[in-house]
Amino acid sequence: MGRTLAEKVWDDHVVRRAEGEPDLLYIDLHLLHEVTSPQAFDGLRLAGRKVRRTDLTIATEDHNTPTLDIDKPIADPVSRIQLETLRRNAEEFGVRIHSLGDVEQGVVHVVGPQLGLTQPGTTVVCGDSHTSTHGAFGALAFGIGTSQVEHVLATQTLPLAPFRTMAITVEGELPGGVTAKDLILAVITRIGTGGGQGYVLEYRGSAIRSLSMEARMTICNMSIEAGARAGMIAPDQTTFDYLQGRPHAPEGEDWDAAVEYWKTLVTDEDAVFDAEVFIDANELTPFVTWGTNPGQGAPLGATVPDPASFEDPQERTAAENALKYMGLEAGTPLREVAVDAVFVGSCTNGRIEDLRAAAAVLEGRSVAEGVRMLVVPGSVRVALQAIDEGLDKVFTAAGAEWRHAGCSMCLGMNPDQLAPGERCASTSNRNFEGRQGKGGRTHLVSPQVAAATAVLGRLASPADLSAPAVSIKHSVEA
Amino acid sequence: MEKFTTHTGRAVPLRRSNVDTDQIIPAHWLKKVTRSGFEDGLFEAWRKDSEFILNQPERKGATVLVAGPEFGTGSSREHAVWALQNYGFAAVISSRFADIFRGNSLKNGLLTVVLPQETVERLWALTEADPSAEITVDLEAREVRAEGVNAPFELDDNVRWRLLGGLDDISITLQNETDIAAFEATRPAFKPRTLPVA
Repeated sequence: MGRTLAEKVWDDHVVRRAEGEPDLLYIDLHLLHEVTSPQAFDGLRLAGRKVRRTDLTIATEDHNTPTLDIDKPIADPVSRIQLETLRRNAEEFGVRIHSLGDVEQGVVHVVGPQLGLTQPGTTVVCGDSHTSTHGAFGALAFGIGTSQVEHVLATQTLPLAPFRTMAITVEGELPGGVTAKDLILAVITRIGTGGGQGYVLEYRGSAIRSLSMEARMTICNMSIEAGARAGMIAPDQTTFDYLQGRPHAPEGEDWDAAVEYWKTLVTDEDAVFDAEVFIDANELTPFVTWGTNPGQGAPLGATVPDPASFEDPQERTAAENALKYMGLEAGTPLREVAVDAVFVGSCTNGRIEDLRAAAAVLEGRSVAEGVRMLVVPGSVRVALQAIDEGLDKVFTAAGAEWRHAGCSMCLGMNPDQLAPGERCASTSNRNFEGRQGKGGRTHLVSPQVAAATAVLGRLASPADLSAPAVSIKHSVEA
Repeated sequence: MEKFTTHTGRAVPLRRSNVDTDQIIPAHWLKKVTRSGFEDGLFEAWRKDSEFILNQPERKGATVLVAGPEFGTGSSREHAVWALQNYGFAAVISSRFADIFRGNSLKNGLLTVVLPQETVERLWALTEADPSAEITVDLEAREVRAEGVNAPFELDDNVRWRLLGGLDDISITLQNETDIAAFEATRPAFKPRTLPVA
């Protein structure tokens, strides 16, 4: 019988297989950041172990880093200690690190792909659940806890429980104004926050094949929000074109050998998935969340649901709790929900295409009075590209704040946080209670919806906007 | 890792589904660089409410958390497990756990037990009616016992063996050094390396 993409990559990394034991898998790439690694390095020190493969390990600073005044000492002493701890550990154990101020610094899941380190058919891990992002390249990539971080540092392997496979097939064409973010939010609402549990998802079908690498990363990034072990997309010419010429992409004969191998990384026609979900791309519309988990979403054109409409008692209670926390009333059209803040950024939507999309909507328009908009590029490279294209000027001219790279308000570990009760349209990945700041209320949206929402001050899509008040000639395709 | 064989204690019934890791331990606690001292961060936002179950005096000293489905969804932060342990929990019972949280818990000796939702409901009813009611989580027998409840649970044999012995995963893996080295010798040249490139 044929094998799925995930099974092929898994099989190619089995170091040891024995009856009654989990498979021991080799890890090709280990990404580190400051939050989930300090206790792992402590463990190594206590046991007198070293990092087995420093040449397969790389660290960046992202969760704690400020997005203002980055040339000054970090004001929060606890954040500063955590960043200094990573720097010290990287030096002591010989791990390459990109610190605040470095041109390669940024959100770990933006940095890996842009360096060309994330490649098809590799196993990628990081002490961060959004490691699923890298699956967009046909890599088997998943988030791990700190004990596993220590395990990979010491052995470059992980014992892993077997997984099941689920195909998410999306056929058709995404209508204008509908993005990868809308698609993945619709998928999560459809299968639920636990629907992917135990599964590696493979996104396939014509709508997926026509997506850019960055859009594919947005999709795979949020696989974890459906509870999945990982999300993957088979590599194709789009993948190869994205990779070729990047600093760590193979060259010459290695490139040819790599591409030959990468082309085998497709699910065989006679392979069988353990579960299948079909989605018609043509029927999708801009999608937003109304609740406090990413599965509580609805089309922007819908109303806030009535908790009584949920048959499952757990879902009903969850909806009741969510509406209370979110300060929303059932039956309110989502388009009438007013926001205080807009956040564009994160490992979900902080890449250059996301910034271009948001800037295209904001061009010649202004952020509504009373609304605070933060634009945080996913990496320094993304920021430089945006500046080169003049996008930063579009944002600041519209009244948005243009910040330095990092995780920022996605999880509010740095000073970028919502105040209690503040409502935010956010391009990030989690609308959990307090995620963006204590008492903050989050609606997950695409960059286009975020920008349109900033202009109108209430949840909106670009189609809801009238023509720009001022027409400024500017090309975002520079 | 701490050994887990069997544990008996009073319970905290937490009637909520989708308890995510941001609720278990908010992000600002993640700046700490230790594995201890997270007890005050556990469910920090909810604990500000005097009505919250953990704040009820009769729940003081309870060691078994009985939670709704999809417990531990969200981030990979192992701090969520440390916070539960630092607070004093030895076991968590739910009908469904998020994968990463479950893996983290079992690597730290916090036993996460999957039981059918109807059994969870019975444990909720029992421990809500009688806060002094005890629950026994028996890993050797793979069984949860309480008044009127005798529920077997499944757990992978290998995971159970590691928990019963409190074994160190890394030491076990390093016994396979020959296999690891042999695998490394066969890795293709085109595989990426993180060493700086000119």
